[in-house]
Amino acid sequence: MLAVVPIIYAVIDLRDDGNLTRLGNNVVEGLSNGAIIALVALGYTLVYGIIELINFAHGEIFMIGGFVAFGLYGTLGLTPETGAFGLIVGLLVILIISALASGSLNTMIERVAYRPLRNAPKLAPLITAVGFSFILQNVGILWLGASQKSVPDLLGSQSELFNVFGLSISRGDLLAVVATVPLVVLLTAFIGRSRLGKAMRATAQDPEAARLMGINVDTTISLTFLLGGLLAGAAGLINTLYNTQVWYFQGFQAGLLAFTAAVMGGIGNIRGAVIGGLIIGVIQGIFDNRIGNEWTPAFVFGYLVLIMVFRPQGLIGEETREAG
Amino acid sequence: MSGLRELRTSKWANPLLAGTVILAAALFPFFVGPLDSIMDDSILVLAYVVMALGLNLVVGFAGLLDLGFVAFYAFGLLVTGWWASDHFSDVNSKASSPGIHIGVGEFPQSLAGIHFNFLLLVIGAILICAIAGAIIGLPTLRLRGDYIAIVTLAFGEIIGRVAQNGDELTPFANNKLTNGRQSISPIDQIDLPFLEEFDQATNLRPYFWTVLALALVVLFVNFRLRDSRLGRAWIALREDEVAAASMGVPLVRTKLLAYATGGAFGGISGAFLGPYLQSVNANQFQFGFSIFILAMVILGGLGSIWGVVLGAVLVAAMNVFVIPDVLDGGAVRSVLDSLGLDFTFSQVSFGVFGFILVLMMVLRPQGLIPERRRKLEFAEVTGTDETLYEARA
Repeated sequence: MLAVVPIIYAVIDLRDDGNLTRLGNNVVEGLSNGAIIALVALGYTLVYGIIELINFAHGEIFMIGGFVAFGLYGTLGLTPETGAFGLIVGLLVILIISALASGSLNTMIERVAYRPLRNAPKLAPLITAVGFSFILQNVGILWLGASQKSVPDLLGSQSELFNVFGLSISRGDLLAVVATVPLVVLLTAFIGRSRLGKAMRATAQDPEAARLMGINVDTTISLTFLLGGLLAGAAGLINTLYNTQVWYFQGFQAGLLAFTAAVMGGIGNIRGAVIGGLIIGVIQGIFDNRIGNEWTPAFVFGYLVLIMVFRPQGLIGEETREAG
Repeated sequence: MSGLRELRTSKWANPLLAGTVILAAALFPFFVGPLDSIMDDSILVLAYVVMALGLNLVVGFAGLLDLGFVAFYAFGLLVTGWWASDHFSDVNSKASSPGIHIGVGEFPQSLAGIHFNFLLLVIGAILICAIAGAIIGLPTLRLRGDYIAIVTLAFGEIIGRVAQNGDELTPFANNKLTNGRQSISPIDQIDLPFLEEFDQATNLRPYFWTVLALALVVLFVNFRLRDSRLGRAWIALREDEVAAASMGVPLVRTKLLAYATGGAFGGISGAFLGPYLQSVNANQFQFGFSIFILAMVILGGLGSIWGVVLGAVLVAAMNVFVIPDVLDGGAVRSVLDSLGLDFTFSQVSFGVFGFILVLMMVLRPQGLIPERRRKLEFAEVTGTDETLYEARA
């Protein structure tokens, strides 16, 4: 079902141009955006894996991360003219601060809006999550206004780095991959190897039994929200660098794309979320270029409905919680 | 005093009270000017009451969290855009009097395009929204609560997107499906027998009485539905789907009827708002609108009819009166200015509705006027509802 669209366009490209360059470039751009979506999707999948809640405000956590990053450009005085060393140090500082900002915001929301409802009917925390999503969007409006704001292009992200077979790989594409891969590897290692990661997996499997084994379930859940928020904040910075604009609504859009990715990969499944993010990114890249980006959300939502109805366990294997 | 107490306990108390309130509401326009802003505000509030009662059927009675209610608002408005304006201006354009006209006054007679009487528009909106509701409901039948919410949200967004970009679609010859980001405008004024001429530029009273009548009918239908076989099936479904099914409640039909009926009410409200607002603005068809209506239902109390009426009045009044007129005008404004804050509350109105959702769910999840059944549930020491943890066992 998913492969149909790329194949159709591959045939069209071969007929019209005699090569696959256009499709290839769509895919390259899609994979870079997909890497960002994947980071956001990890937050959804971690939280759903552990308390079965669709953290609707997660997209806005990503948006706030981007806003913090943009704000810090000015504070640290980073401009496109800054030298390479200053840029690297500055961006690392921004990465840490925006990730921490998003992470702590996510943890705080869990404490205020989800924890009191842990024994309430299941839809209650979903409704508060939607409420927080709107509150944060309006914080974004008050912060930077209601229209898109363009951001100084620190890295020259659109400038071509090298060209393979007509595929243009830009600096931004490289950045998205170089920044995302270590984060995902770190996360997988943390969950798979560390003591706290073990506690997370145990809580996801059976919170009651985990509590009896001496695991502090509340702390573990907070930790999960913190991890998801950290990744979303990092994604916010990468997005600010790559797409060079910030907007209060970007979180809502990215959030729904990322949620689709998480469902596609089998919600609760970390590797699935990453693969799902990349797939959604490619689909978005193709539709943006071929049909027009005003229609892309409609198609992605269409995919979401189809997947939820026909493969609610995800495209990639069975539902497995927190199984790296 | 004893007379009053007697009256309160007599079986006539409720009908008497209701009759007095209805009479007061019906006479109220005579005490204010025909174009007073309070008339405008009350008309919008009543239209939102109708919509909230529709959503309450789905979320409150049947327990299916619908985050895409904006779809029915969109369809209701679009019905008026299609069938009561010159949007399809080349329909039957070769005839001596171009266009199609059914039961409309002299002025619309002379216009091109399709022009139907208001009652036909209401019926059309009910049919289209009921069908759309059932279609949206179909894929959610196998899903659990939170997935239902996301699928309905997705449908709402798809329909909004199609309406916003509908000027690129031409399914019928050269006619655009919608006018895209530009509004379809003007919509024909309502035309009903026995009432003065409708013209919202000179006199709002006929519009007020129309929407009051619609709200009363919908309210009555709501009460009758709740106590009917179908209504009890919805509530059984909400309380425990498996138990309801094993007691012989037909799940598919019951769920689809909930979506269809709720959607039809939304459509009625939309079909009224089209002529009243005089335009179909696709930019309103956003997720935020669904949350606006959901906030009314949550504030009032899920499943409680009077609660939802109160919630709708409060939230809608906040939207049309408190935020633009009180918070953004006069004293509050000057205080904000003196503090050097240059934002307006209108900018962040959806944040206010989001805040209502969070506050209510955390502090008083049963709503302002809880439904009797729910009140009992919340009074129990441990909820029997599925909790986050039990859900997985």
